[in-house]
Amino acid sequence: MLTAIEKKAIDHEIELVPYKKASVIEALKIVQQHRGWISDESIEAIADYLEISPAEVDSVATFYNLIFRKPVGRHIILLCDSISCYVMGYRLLHKALEEKLHIRMGQTSEDNRFTLLPNVCLGCCDHAPALMIDKDLYRDVEPALLDDILKKYT
Amino acid sequence: MERPLTSNIYPDRPPLNLKEYEQAGGYAALRKVCSGMSPAALQKLVQDSNLKGRGGAGFNTGIKWSLVPMGDEAPHPKYLIANADEMEPGTFKDRVLLEGNPHQLIEGMILAAYAIQADTAYVFLRWAYHEAAALLRKSIQEAYDAGYLGQDILGSGFHLDMHLHTGVGRYMCGEETALLNALEGKRATPRAKPPFPQISGLFGKPTIVNNVETLCCIPHIVNNGADWFKGLSYSEDGGTKLYGVSGKVKKPGAWELPMGITMRELIEEHAGGMKSGFQLRGVLPGGASTDFLTVQHLDIKLDYKSVAAAGSRLGTGTMIVMDDGTCPVGFVHNLQHFFAQESCGWCTPCREGLPWVEKILLAMEKGEGRKEDLELLQMHTQLLGPGNTFCALAPGAMEPLQSALKYFRDDFEKHIDHKKCPYD
Repeated sequence: MLTAIEKKAIDHEIELVPYKKASVIEALKIVQQHRGWISDESIEAIADYLEISPAEVDSVATFYNLIFRKPVGRHIILLCDSISCYVMGYRLLHKALEEKLHIRMGQTSEDNRFTLLPNVCLGCCDHAPALMIDKDLYRDVEPALLDDILKKYT
Repeated sequence: MERPLTSNIYPDRPPLNLKEYEQAGGYAALRKVCSGMSPAALQKLVQDSNLKGRGGAGFNTGIKWSLVPMGDEAPHPKYLIANADEMEPGTFKDRVLLEGNPHQLIEGMILAAYAIQADTAYVFLRWAYHEAAALLRKSIQEAYDAGYLGQDILGSGFHLDMHLHTGVGRYMCGEETALLNALEGKRATPRAKPPFPQISGLFGKPTIVNNVETLCCIPHIVNNGADWFKGLSYSEDGGTKLYGVSGKVKKPGAWELPMGITMRELIEEHAGGMKSGFQLRGVLPGGASTDFLTVQHLDIKLDYKSVAAAGSRLGTGTMIVMDDGTCPVGFVHNLQHFFAQESCGWCTPCREGLPWVEKILLAMEKGEGRKEDLELLQMHTQLLGPGNTFCALAPGAMEPLQSALKYFRDDFEKHIDHKKCPYD
């Protein structure tokens, strides 16, 4: 079931498009914003509300990189693994993050604090390597700076 | 040297708000057009300026617009979309414009919408550009409040609504027709052309998709004329260009420069040359999906025609420099990993071929490459090349691979012969 707040936000998006179904990406974003990720139950609730099949909603949900179909931690670390960051040494950051958080890429730390994900180019290649935690962008990152960055997130 | 796109962008202060933008001459172009210029005249002006699409394809913008049905019989609503889904690896130029002067983009969008008589405009923005999203939301509202958006804009009878759409991450969304599918709430797979979006685009209605940098040029062309715009350039393509350099150079960055400066000037003067201890080996001139150029090409002009003549593409104009300490095989593997991951899976050669290429390159990096792999890779550059896939993703992926096989073949052979990566 969608909450009243979720329904209201989705209704607003539906008004902007010619038919309900066209707002499915927005609906997924809205539900994920409230629940952190998109469960099977959420897929069904959105499908029901937009009058389309759960399979249709899931086909869209699984297509986009930043709709999470598994639970994630409180904070998401997106490490850029594209070419400029490759040249400027993102692999050292990758190794350091895995060691510090005791997780591999794609996993969530035991205390549920961080999920570590690879990410394509963040668009700040002149300050590579870069990473993003939640909505905060960090540029020219070196492994030695990671402790200070990570401790901002509880 | 004139720098129309960035002259009001200052790195150390917030972007101009509406009032400051107006004081700097902003929205004068819109006033000029609304006081009696016809849509046809605006299309002609932009066509004459020889502005070519800055997203990478390099097609004349005015000609692109001219394919939209006009007049009383034309279907409505029509749409104008700013492609701000900047996601080509190594590309960071549109961010400069989005964060530096959002009203310049909005004015350019209103003018483009006027030229094709669109009813609704969208900014399709990359999710990662959180700062740009906040700035655009605020600026669009300011433009509504000032009467530059909404009903009867500046008394011209023209009306336009504008919305911001932020994506949820997929490289394919930058492809014009896949972007339309994403805006319709679908998987971002490409559409067959024809029909072209100008005839049947968003929700089946006439639609123009233009790159951010392209749209930002429009107000300046209206204010100063087609000849002035052509005069900014060192080559036959009109205007200035936002060029960028990343990699192991002394001063990586982005600069607005006359279209057609040389690669040597860009890398050696603006980017300060290579960091000490590193030599330049190769350059991807316009993002991940362009062919390598090498030291022998440093003196070519960076315009669409000259870069094509040298065997590559100007693309986005933001170049990635490969130094002599970076393994070309690892470099190309990183690119192919990206393309394999971002393939939408719609057509078989791309969906199946790219992961195969990626695996071969990874095996080489691990010292497990075989002699016949070189031939296999070469074969894929044909099989995934132009004409064999639904869209340009796989052919773009093959550009750096085919040129790496040409210019850095020794490195591939060393990986196979020595059964290890010589750079490790």
